[in-house]
Amino acid sequence: MTTELSRTVGRRLSVPAKHIGLVLIGFVMLYPVLWMVVSSLRPGDEIFRSPGLILESLHAENYTEGWYALSPSFGTYLLNSAVLVLGCIVGNLVSCSMAAYAFARLHFSGKRWWFGIMLGTIMLPVHVIIVPQYVLFSQIGWVNTFLPLIVPKILATDAFFVFLMVQFIRGLPRELDEAARIDGCGHPRIFAQIILPLMKPALATTTIFTFIWTWNDFFTQLIYLTDPDMYTVPVALRSFVDSTVATSWGSQFAMSVVSIIPIFLAFLIGQRYLVKGIATTGGK
Amino acid sequence: MSALDELRQLRHGGGQVRKRDNKAAFWFLAPWFAGLVFITIGPVLASFGLGFTKYNLIQPPKFIGFDNFARIFSDERLHNALGVTFTYVFVSVPLQLACALVVALLLDRGMRGLAFYRSAFYLPSLLGSSVAIAVLWTQVFGTDGLVNRVLGAFGIEGKGWISDPDTALSTLIVLNVWTFGSPMVIFLAGLRQIPAVYYEAAAIDGASRWSQFWRITLPLLSPIVFFNLVLQIIHAFQSFTQAFVVSGGTGGPSDSTMFYTLYLYQQGFSRFDMGYASALAWFLLLIIAAFTAINFWAAKYWVFYDD
Repeated sequence: MTTELSRTVGRRLSVPAKHIGLVLIGFVMLYPVLWMVVSSLRPGDEIFRSPGLILESLHAENYTEGWYALSPSFGTYLLNSAVLVLGCIVGNLVSCSMAAYAFARLHFSGKRWWFGIMLGTIMLPVHVIIVPQYVLFSQIGWVNTFLPLIVPKILATDAFFVFLMVQFIRGLPRELDEAARIDGCGHPRIFAQIILPLMKPALATTTIFTFIWTWNDFFTQLIYLTDPDMYTVPVALRSFVDSTVATSWGSQFAMSVVSIIPIFLAFLIGQRYLVKGIATTGGK
Repeated sequence: MSALDELRQLRHGGGQVRKRDNKAAFWFLAPWFAGLVFITIGPVLASFGLGFTKYNLIQPPKFIGFDNFARIFSDERLHNALGVTFTYVFVSVPLQLACALVVALLLDRGMRGLAFYRSAFYLPSLLGSSVAIAVLWTQVFGTDGLVNRVLGAFGIEGKGWISDPDTALSTLIVLNVWTFGSPMVIFLAGLRQIPAVYYEAAAIDGASRWSQFWRITLPLLSPIVFFNLVLQIIHAFQSFTQAFVVSGGTGGPSDSTMFYTLYLYQQGFSRFDMGYASALAWFLLLIIAAFTAINFWAAKYWVFYDD
């Protein structure tokens, strides 16, 4: 039915014109990013002269210059970001799936209230909780460690993912749990051996979003990581930009490109889950 | 179904009581409860308390009554920051959603290359909040930046878009509009839910594409528009990174990119005036809550639920 309709609609609206329009919009949108990638391989003065995408010569020095511009080098920052991201992913996967199982499958007192509170915290701005959180974490000596960034994930505070998983578990047939229960399984086993293996798509979505959001997150990392040895990529990049004169765009672009490559890879690998994740929580 | 629909249904009740699993639920929810106490609701309450004190992290907090809250009403830099933030939110969000809707409509219904286009338009949403893109924006809208090179090719003389207080905020608005891909994906999912039969019936009755859009697409899509609107407004109120990087942490030039969150950061984490920062945090929560409430109230008049 849909294809039939699209055919009639397609006839009315010039299809090539539509494609040209869309390609044009896409090109204009992505142009600055493409230009940054090309410019990161240009000598400094050429960056100012060339608004185009054609590379006259390959100037890879920007990358070595940027890589070693701060002490320690960008290798450390990438490693720090990787460790942090890994911690956050594991934290979110374990804690959010547990909470989601309870909300989706268990019956307990005040469930509607707790669920409402959980949904409410999705919209809670981080700025409202950051001051007392900082006071707490600085008093127990956690500033300049990854703990203030990872522990909240272990405690299921990314309610968005709890909600996403609740939605997913609700879609799984209850007969499976009931059959397992008749066979004598308790909740821990039903969760670990039946529900978890079935919710791989939701876990994949959580993984990919946690990766991208943590990798990009600047505000909390800026606040908690002030020792250069603990810098993550965004904090280091900002500190690098602040410490260099505006003319060294080459190395700034080079490190910017390095910092978004992981995002781009995550996007390529996880597109399917990203789109589904947004659609299932956003779409009705 | 979205989080907002869930909240709507919670209000209307439903759900029956069966055998309870309180003990199991307690263990499954233990991490989440701890998070609620120490990471989310606990700090929200604590920041309310801190709002009544003078506290710099070194000396113990000193109770000063309503001083911090009174200061909110006399602090002119804060009023400017509110103006900047409101302008940013109420200009960039409608533009962003309009772009998202238009492109989603162009992409709808089994067209060739849909997946490719969707990905291409979605990519900026993933990159938009990164420091890297803020760095890029600083160059692109700088005096010798890409925009001025392109304008120069057409013989138009540009200016330092970011160094001019009149245009600095616009560059950040452009950046937010640039990330229209994520609401677009949500629109696409919503458009797919509209039964094709409606359009077929309308076409048989001789309805034009224009009236089909106004009488079928828009009403049936209105819950999704609402969802995107609520989400993007909340999101835009919390913007921080781009203004911080573009202005070198100052909110300049002349406070023209001083977002509320940036001002809060400066008070709390540069000047260590934790008491005032807490009061500001609560005020931000009230502002966001107020606008969300207004949105929900206004929704009665324009959001159409087909259930």
